[in-house]
Amino acid sequence: MSRNIKEILKERILVLDGAMGTMIQRHPLEEEDFKGERFKGHPHSLKGNNDLLSITRPEIIKDIHRQYFLAGADIVETNTFSGTTIAQADYHLEDAVYEINFESAKIAREVADEITAQEPHKPRFVAGSIGPTNRTASLSPDVNDPGFRAITFDELVQAYKEQVIALTDGGVDLLLVETVFDTLNAKAALFAIEEVSEEKGKEWPIMVSGTITDASGRTLSGQTTQAFLISVSHMPLLSIGLNCALGAKQLRPYLETLSEKADFFTSAHPNAGLPNEFGQYDESPEEMAEQIEDFLSSNFLNIVGGCCGTTPDHIRAIAEVASRYEPRSLERQIIQD
Amino acid sequence: MRNDNSTLQLSGLEPLIVTPESNFVNVGERTNVTGSKRFARLILEEKFDDALEVARDQVDGGAQILDVNMDEGMLDGKEAMVKFLNLIAAEPDISRIPIMIDSSKWEIIEAGLKCVQGKCVVNSISLKEGEEQFIAHAKKVKRYGAAVIVMAFDEDGQADSYDRRIEICKRSYDILVDVVKFNKNDIIFDPNIFPVATGIEEHNNNAVDFFMATKWIRENLPGAHVSGGVSNVSFSFRGNNPVREAMHSAFLYHAIQNGMDMGIVNPTMLEIYSDIPKDLLERVEDVLLNRRPDSTERLLDFAETVKGEGKKQVKDDAWRKESVEKRLEHALVKGIIEFIDEDTEETRQKYVSPLKVIEGPLMDGMNVVGDLFGSGKMFLPQVVKSARVMKKAVAYLLPYLEEEKEAKRNDPNRDQTKTDAGRKILMATVKGDVHDIGKNIVGVVLACNNYEIIDMGVMVPADKILDKAIEEHVDVIGLSGLITPSLDEMVHVAKEMERRKMKLPLMVGGATTSRIHTAVKIDPVYSGPVVHVLDASKSVPVAGELISGERKVEYNAEIKQQYAKLREDHANRKEIKHYIPYNRALGNRLKVDWQKKEYVKPSFIGNKVFKNFDLNIIRKYIDWTPFFQTWMLKGKYPRIFENETIGEEARKLFDDAQKVLDEVIENNLLQANGVVGLYPANSVGDDIEVYTDETRSEVKTVFHSLRQQGKKGTGIPNLSLADFVAPKDSGKIDYVGGFAVTGGLGIEPLVEKYEKDHDDYNSIMIKAIADRLAEAFAEAMHAIVRKELWGYAKNETLDNESLIKESYQGIRPAPGYPACPDHTEKPILFDLLNAQEETGIILTESMAMYPASSVSGLYFMHEEAKYFGLGKIEKDQVQDYAKRKGMTLEEAEKWLSPNLAYDL
Repeated sequence: MSRNIKEILKERILVLDGAMGTMIQRHPLEEEDFKGERFKGHPHSLKGNNDLLSITRPEIIKDIHRQYFLAGADIVETNTFSGTTIAQADYHLEDAVYEINFESAKIAREVADEITAQEPHKPRFVAGSIGPTNRTASLSPDVNDPGFRAITFDELVQAYKEQVIALTDGGVDLLLVETVFDTLNAKAALFAIEEVSEEKGKEWPIMVSGTITDASGRTLSGQTTQAFLISVSHMPLLSIGLNCALGAKQLRPYLETLSEKADFFTSAHPNAGLPNEFGQYDESPEEMAEQIEDFLSSNFLNIVGGCCGTTPDHIRAIAEVASRYEPRSLERQIIQD
Repeated sequence: MRNDNSTLQLSGLEPLIVTPESNFVNVGERTNVTGSKRFARLILEEKFDDALEVARDQVDGGAQILDVNMDEGMLDGKEAMVKFLNLIAAEPDISRIPIMIDSSKWEIIEAGLKCVQGKCVVNSISLKEGEEQFIAHAKKVKRYGAAVIVMAFDEDGQADSYDRRIEICKRSYDILVDVVKFNKNDIIFDPNIFPVATGIEEHNNNAVDFFMATKWIRENLPGAHVSGGVSNVSFSFRGNNPVREAMHSAFLYHAIQNGMDMGIVNPTMLEIYSDIPKDLLERVEDVLLNRRPDSTERLLDFAETVKGEGKKQVKDDAWRKESVEKRLEHALVKGIIEFIDEDTEETRQKYVSPLKVIEGPLMDGMNVVGDLFGSGKMFLPQVVKSARVMKKAVAYLLPYLEEEKEAKRNDPNRDQTKTDAGRKILMATVKGDVHDIGKNIVGVVLACNNYEIIDMGVMVPADKILDKAIEEHVDVIGLSGLITPSLDEMVHVAKEMERRKMKLPLMVGGATTSRIHTAVKIDPVYSGPVVHVLDASKSVPVAGELISGERKVEYNAEIKQQYAKLREDHANRKEIKHYIPYNRALGNRLKVDWQKKEYVKPSFIGNKVFKNFDLNIIRKYIDWTPFFQTWMLKGKYPRIFENETIGEEARKLFDDAQKVLDEVIENNLLQANGVVGLYPANSVGDDIEVYTDETRSEVKTVFHSLRQQGKKGTGIPNLSLADFVAPKDSGKIDYVGGFAVTGGLGIEPLVEKYEKDHDDYNSIMIKAIADRLAEAFAEAMHAIVRKELWGYAKNETLDNESLIKESYQGIRPAPGYPACPDHTEKPILFDLLNAQEETGIILTESMAMYPASSVSGLYFMHEEAKYFGLGKIEKDQVQDYAKRKGMTLEEAEKWLSPNLAYDL
């Protein structure tokens, strides 16, 4: 199925799903829900470890995937944003990393196949979500010791490899390296993916999505959008894009840069606006869709979706807009240049 | 620009897009330890803040890519690369441009690639080691997301013709594009820029070949770029900057026209193409483009006129027509000895009193020299020559001075309290130390500035220094030392001064001394002023401040305060350093699979003596760069000759050295003796047991090594020399070697002769040369050991450059140097080798070797063996070490004092 995604992207704009965390929050979940039977005896608190729910409450996660697909999403992301040994170390669950990724991929795959069977004209895809971890390879966490690193490239490659092996074993169609705030972390993820591809003798389309953290228009590690693009262009990516941190409105100039410069398809999955004083994202589906429409009419994008604060209602509104526009064409861009 | 086939895209924090319109991308190269002595020193001394400044200057100066190279024998290149790149990443104004990771060692390149978030350039890979490795490295470069420089180099060597260049580049390109699937636009070729006009006919077409190859690459290898180091082309015109600058500029003009679009160019060595005088340009281009058979000769002839213009003719005799005072000044400034006697005589008659001649015109002339030196317009070798002229003049006047003194003594009206000279400085190399080149240079420079110098020589005990100081009413005492135990001896002298309630200012200097050591160890034990003097040029202002009437008190207070602040900072800084317990450091030793290692049995077990080793062979191994450092000329040989300010002086000095060396060799004036020992050995903990034979039943001797105790990052071992020898419990028979060589036997009569002749210049010269010979002998001997005596690298072929970079397998660390700072390992080594008897090298009580021009050390063969710095160690290790060596703790602490992480 993944064989077709490039062809489909030439024909229409594909829709990515919305936030996972926002949807999980709708369920009143307690410590026991997170631990379930599987991790009952675990000595540390696991509440808030959302990735674990793929194992302990798979029906909730499957339902969220289903809601997004039915709202019009072509691609859903696996519930694995924190599925590395590095991020799971906070919960002392390094050993569960394979299971988290495998199960998350497996249940998303089941839902995708189920919906595809109902609507064969619109195949549904599963993207393995690969988060940035909570460490930075090119920034020191200690202001007094700028040469210090809390994580090395090799350690990141190792952790990402474990995640990628499990995600692909579980049956994902694509891999999505997302919320990149330090490009060196992303390069380690790409390095790991290439090693796994080589070992398994199979390739998966790769999406990369960076994060512009503030109004300076740079990543957390200080790169401009174009420098970020160049730094990850050594891989034949399916798409390059931006997500999180900012709302759609603030992303515009950077998406324009990507759209102009990238040889790959482009993507965006912004937050539902900027957080309000209570830390909530309150941009309505209509408001967000309006912003997205601006991007689509400017021909910036091939893939759109939502990040923090977005819901199936947002995705429905976005999908509706997306269906009315032509995708950004790689060919045409070249001629224009 | 998307999908444009000729676009190379790189990034730091910001993008760098190389388009056909960008003309030429300039690579900044000062952050390269092989190209910049200063940068190398900053890195070796871990002055990373200053090293970052060098990088910042490059970026501010317009560098578009920053080349970083850490290939230096004394460095852990990998660690230094990682550290520096990590620090750069924290400086947005530097890291905004892309990095070029430059190393001849793949492991350093790969370590660097793991630190850089942007898209960088790897410099370089080639087919030198064959296709398999080339492909492996290229695949990795691609996977790390970098562009790559490919050298035109293959299994048969470096491409030196047009055909070889395009053959190798084409082959490399095809492999990269077809096999590795490397992005065409990310391939940059370096097709080797070689010198032209060398006088060797085969070189005449070098530039043309490069231009043609460049053009061919750009036309036939789509996407590929061309880079290179431009200054190489003008190598044969070292010392003639007008010609070199014209050559660089013309070369670049043609190279760019042919498609070169990136490279290393020193912007200060570049004339503007259109500003090159037409006649010069014509000849330069004749040479570059190989347009006529006599083009080299024509440029050489022309170069002479450019070089000598306005200087040569006027110089010869015009100055002889000036007044006698002016003539003396000229002779002093220019170091001309020819007319000094007659001019001095003429002045003596004019001034009547010989003392007036010294205090008048001679001193005036020396003041001019001092001023010129102080403002950087004269260089040390010139100053030393001036001093020689001065001494000659004074020597001529001496009999008349005596006469005058005699007359005064008989004069009932004489003033008994007044002495002849103004300000006196006593200089001495402290007890146990034999090194005096630096001290002699400081003496000369001070003498040039109107100080009277009392030089007590080497190995002078504290009481003799202090007695003499009192007896001679000196104004300042200057102490010098090169080896680490001398630091303690200096502390001892200072304590003695305090005990004797002296108030005299104390200056300290020499290779191992430092401002921080002076502040922490010497200054607190003496209530009088103590100042560390970095080099000869600093000695004059320091002496001036210490002695001058008005500023003296104020200056002394300032210095005391400065050093107190340094001590405080030092104490604070120490707390941040982290050390791990010794047993944990032991557990974190270098991991080597000793079962899989190859062990090479030496051709003999025992010692082998070399007497009167052929100096002609040794000469070929000389590394001249430190020779220039001795003379305070900073720059790497042979590039130093190109330096705008000091190039010419360096060239003269070098020519003089060659003359002296010729004479030394021809007349057998210096002898080189050496001894090498090779023995079975195993490590036991941090000890290295040396066995009589391969049964290993009898322990002949034991070397004791020390282990790094600083906290290391994951995967980085705490090193000890013992890690480089197979442990006893591996069951494997391993080997170590030892050596002691000297190049200074027979130096005393030579030095004596020069000193008698008041010839400091040649006295320093011969010592500096003997030092070079000893170092070169050590290098030569190491090569013989690797290739023959031990024979673990039989097929090694390295040029001198590679030897200096120490790019061979195995190391030869010396006791007293960073990897094994304890000098008391020397007697163990000397006993094993029977070195004192066999070579004539003597160990002093401070474990300095005499003659000073001697080198000794151990040999380790395995490829894992590399130079490292021990750093600071904790008391637990010192206690263990003392026990292993059968020393008291106090004794061990005394010898290791510079390496202690704690206060005594």
